[in-house]
Parts: sequence; structure tokens; C-alpha cells
Amino acid sequence: MAIKDLFEKELKIINIGLFSFKESLEEANFKVFQVNWEPPAGGDEEVLDALKKLLNS
Amino acid sequence: MFLKGIIKSGEYFDSITLMLATKSLTEIKGVLEAAVIMGTKENKEILKASKMLLPELESAKDTDLLIVVKTDNEKNINKILKKAEKLLEESKHKKEENIDEYCPKSIEGAVKQIPGVNLAIISVAGKYAGDEAMKALKNGLHVMLFSDNVPIKKEIELKKYAREKELLMMGPDCGTAIINGAPLCFANVVNKGDIGIVAASGTGLQEVSCIISKEGGGISQAIGTGGRDVKKNVGGIMFIEGIKALAEDKETKVIVLVSKPPHKEVLKKIAVIIEKINKPIVTILLGGDSEAIKNAGGIPAKTLEEAALIAVSISKGKNIDDFKKILKENEKEIENLAKEEVKKIKKGQKYIRGLFSGGTLCDESQLLFKEAISDVYSNTPINPDFKLKDVWKSYKHTIIDLGEDEFTVGRPHPMIDFSLRNKRILEEVKDPEVAVILLDLVLGYGSNKNPDKELLPIIKRAHKILEKEERYLPIICSVTGTDKDPQNKKKIEKILKKVGVIIMKSNAAASKLSSNIIKIIGEE
Repeated sequence: MAIKDLFEKELKIINIGLFSFKESLEEANFKVFQVNWEPPAGGDEEVLDALKKLLNS
Repeated sequence: MFLKGIIKSGEYFDSITLMLATKSLTEIKGVLEAAVIMGTKENKEILKASKMLLPELESAKDTDLLIVVKTDNEKNINKILKKAEKLLEESKHKKEENIDEYCPKSIEGAVKQIPGVNLAIISVAGKYAGDEAMKALKNGLHVMLFSDNVPIKKEIELKKYAREKELLMMGPDCGTAIINGAPLCFANVVNKGDIGIVAASGTGLQEVSCIISKEGGGISQAIGTGGRDVKKNVGGIMFIEGIKALAEDKETKVIVLVSKPPHKEVLKKIAVIIEKINKPIVTILLGGDSEAIKNAGGIPAKTLEEAALIAVSISKGKNIDDFKKILKENEKEIENLAKEEVKKIKKGQKYIRGLFSGGTLCDESQLLFKEAISDVYSNTPINPDFKLKDVWKSYKHTIIDLGEDEFTVGRPHPMIDFSLRNKRILEEVKDPEVAVILLDLVLGYGSNKNPDKELLPIIKRAHKILEKEERYLPIICSVTGTDKDPQNKKKIEKILKKVGVIIMKSNAAASKLSSNIIKIIGEE
């Protein structure tokens, strides 16, 4: 969807991270869906690097 | 001194929740230091530097929660740790109560489950944020990337991909935007209207959009790009795409561009696009080359306030020079007010101390001071010769940005957490050579919900110190916000005025009043 088309559509937002951003937008009457995000590979950088390599290969 | 810490395995919380929990703990009597953080490598380094990394915490991972407290009394230490756990438990419950029945665990999952989703706000830790933004773009979503610490190489990759797919890629380090009326992250509740903004500066966008709204104009869209967009490496990719989108947008009649000085090659690109577009374009490039803009047919402004007033004049079909009348009246008022203030200031008081939470507001203030005095020191100086040697201590004329990294490690931004600036206000008040304290106060979503409660006790303490020393010291402040913001600008201004704070209409007006006072003192 081109940028100018977004301006003509109803916003449907997903929020990944700070929960307060979802709360603020809802206070302003916008619908926001929270993604229950957690660091990939349990935050283990070695596992994460290995996974990235596997996915890219 | 007693130190104790615990690890809670697999308990993940977002950074604002953790910082607020840390703040609550440090406010408890007897607590010398506290940290409630995830066990990332960077956080463990911070703990190590503060001598708070207990051996049992060293093995913690990114998804492990660490709670560490340093107290002056061993008796209470367990109680305080329990309190931290309780605070986090409460925030978890609050989150669970507000969360939707189905809560996707990934961007891909969200796109599959929620038909028509079109925008992703991303604020996870910098090292993960770039990958998550790319996932969102690849799923056809426009992106607002709030996180900082995203490598510049990744930013360029994201923005090139977004340009190819005709998507918005706002950020990294994009603090504010208003899309289709939605105030994203740190934004204000402004009127809807026909003025579109592209900004590579967060508080710049907030100040301009709020003044537009106050003057009876309104915002169609306000696109943030993140400050690095206009640097040489990124080449203004999203700044240019944003201008093009507003040029095509039917609701936008006037375009305002807000930025710190762009790199000269980026400025050339901006000038080329201004020439091609058939809508009036007002620019405020804070110290940037205004001739290039003028030659391209743009309308350069000197301050954020001026840019907003010009845009409103055009939007309302008034003579473009109408704003000059308003500014001239304001300037006269400011000059008279400065003269009155100088009369109350004692001999020997001569320095300005500007304590800012908004980076662009700090820059704007320095630029306005440059017209009156040349030697203003800062942690983010316009002239590198005036870099403060010690950012924690003011030197002669000093204007600092407390939102810079050196002040925010392990602590919320000063728009949320006032404690650091409050402490600094009192330090400046105690300095008999200080003639003016200049502050900004940024309202809106994301900012502290009760700024009056944070500031009021400090202003009262400041007055007590001054009374005791029989000294007068003007505290000048401008409030960036609107009456429709959750904090209500009008209410906050009234409260601050009541305790003697001089409230000015804009950051430019507050800075001009301060510089006028300093200038008159210098001439005496």
C-alpha cells in the first residue's frame, strides 16, 4: 500500500514493545493490537546468530 | 551499605515498566541505589560500573529479570526486593487485563490473524528492532520505529527497502508522528487540518504542530523520519519520500519541513524536490542554509514558532506576512519584560542556565542565544569549541539537553522522569552567578502524566533558597503541548504561573526573553 493510500485508510496498528504506546493510542480512541514479543532465542546471542545463518542459508 | 539482588528467570518486561519500577524503589527511604533491569550484556556492564553486579547475577540472560538494591540498612532490604516484585506483578496484571483475547507472538502471526493491519509501532531493544522492522516491511506494513541503537547500515537497508515498496519507514529513533490523526508514541492531541509536516526532529515536530493547533490551524499528517535520515549516509531517503507523499495527499495544502541542519548533499535533494512541488513549503532547518531553500521556492523560517505561524497564515489564506505583525508585537513585549526582570536581579548574577528535555528545543535556544552572546557551553554545542568538559556541571553560560545518552543510561527520558533535572535546577539556583533558569516542558502522550506534581515542589524549594539568600532569579519556561493533551497545557501553565514561573508562548519566546535579560546585564 503506497504511503498516500495509507492516508486514506483506517489505521490498524500493531504494537511491538512498550505497552504504554498501546494504552495511549487507545486513550485517543484508536484500536491497537499488542504483539506479545519476547527476545528471540531467549536472548541468547549465539543461538540467535546460528538461527539467522540457518534462515539465510 | 548493604547490597542484595535476585534473578527471576524468564520474566520479560518492557523498558519503561522497568525504569518506573526502578524510580519507585529509589524513592523509598534508605535506598541508596536500585536497578530493575533485564539481564542483557549492556545492563550487566552498567551494574558492574556501579559495583552492583553480584557474582550470582553474572550468568543472567536477556530474558532474565534482575532486581538489585543498595541500602543503608540491612533490615529493610528483603522488604524492598519484595516491593519491586509486587510492583512488577501489578503491572503484569494491568497488562493482562488490557490485552486482547488473542495476542499474537510475532509480526507474521499478527498479520495473519488481524485483517487489514497496516502500521507497526516497534520499540523493542535496538539490537532486535532492525530485524523486527524488516519483518514488518516484508509483510507490507508501514513502520514507526521508536527504538534507538539500530546500526546505521540497518537503517539504510530498511529505508531503501521501504522506498522500493512505497512504505513509510519512520525511524529508527523516531519519537513522534501523527498519522491519520493518531498520535504515535510521544505526540500531542492537535487539531486536524491541511498542514502536513515532515520532521527529522521529534520535539521540533511537537512544538510546530502544537503552535499550529493553538493558532487555529490543523495537521493533516506529521511524518517523523528519525534524526539520522538527513545525514550523509542515509541521504534523506524517508525525508524525501515523506515530502512526495504529502505533495500527493489531497488533504495537505501546506507542507512544513522540520530538521536540524541536513548534510549539504541532502539539502540539495530537498531543494530539488521543493522546486518540483506545487504546494507552499515552509522550512525550519535550525541553522541550515536558508538561501538554498529560498532559491528553490521554499519559505525558510528562523524559529519553530515562525514556521508554524507562516504555515497557519497560508492555510487560512491570509497574507503571508501577517505572522510578522504577531512576532513584532511579541518581541516588544519580550523586550519590556526583560527590562523589568533585570531590575530585580542583583549585581553579579550574569549567567544563563538552560535545562532542556527536548533536543531540538535545546538547539533552537542555543541558536537564538548565538545572536546575543557567543560563548554558550553545552553537551550538544552548535560550535564544537564550546563543548562542556563536565556535562554534570554548568560552566559560565550553559544550555544542556538532558535527553542525551550520557544522562539517560538506565533512566527514563527527562520528559518522563524529572528527578535529574529537578536536582540540577536546585544546583543552579544555589549558584549566585546565575541570572536566568530556562526550562522546557513537553506534554502529550508518553510524557510524564503529572508534570506539575514533579516540578512544583522543586520550584517551591528554589524560592526558599532564594528568599534565604535575598536573591531573585527568574525561572522561564515554555510548555509544548495543547489544552487537549492528557496533561492540559492551560491547567499546567496556570499552576506554574501561580508559583512565579514566567510562562512564555513558545520555546523561541522563552529563549529570546532569557537572551534579552543576559544581553541587558552584559551591557550594564
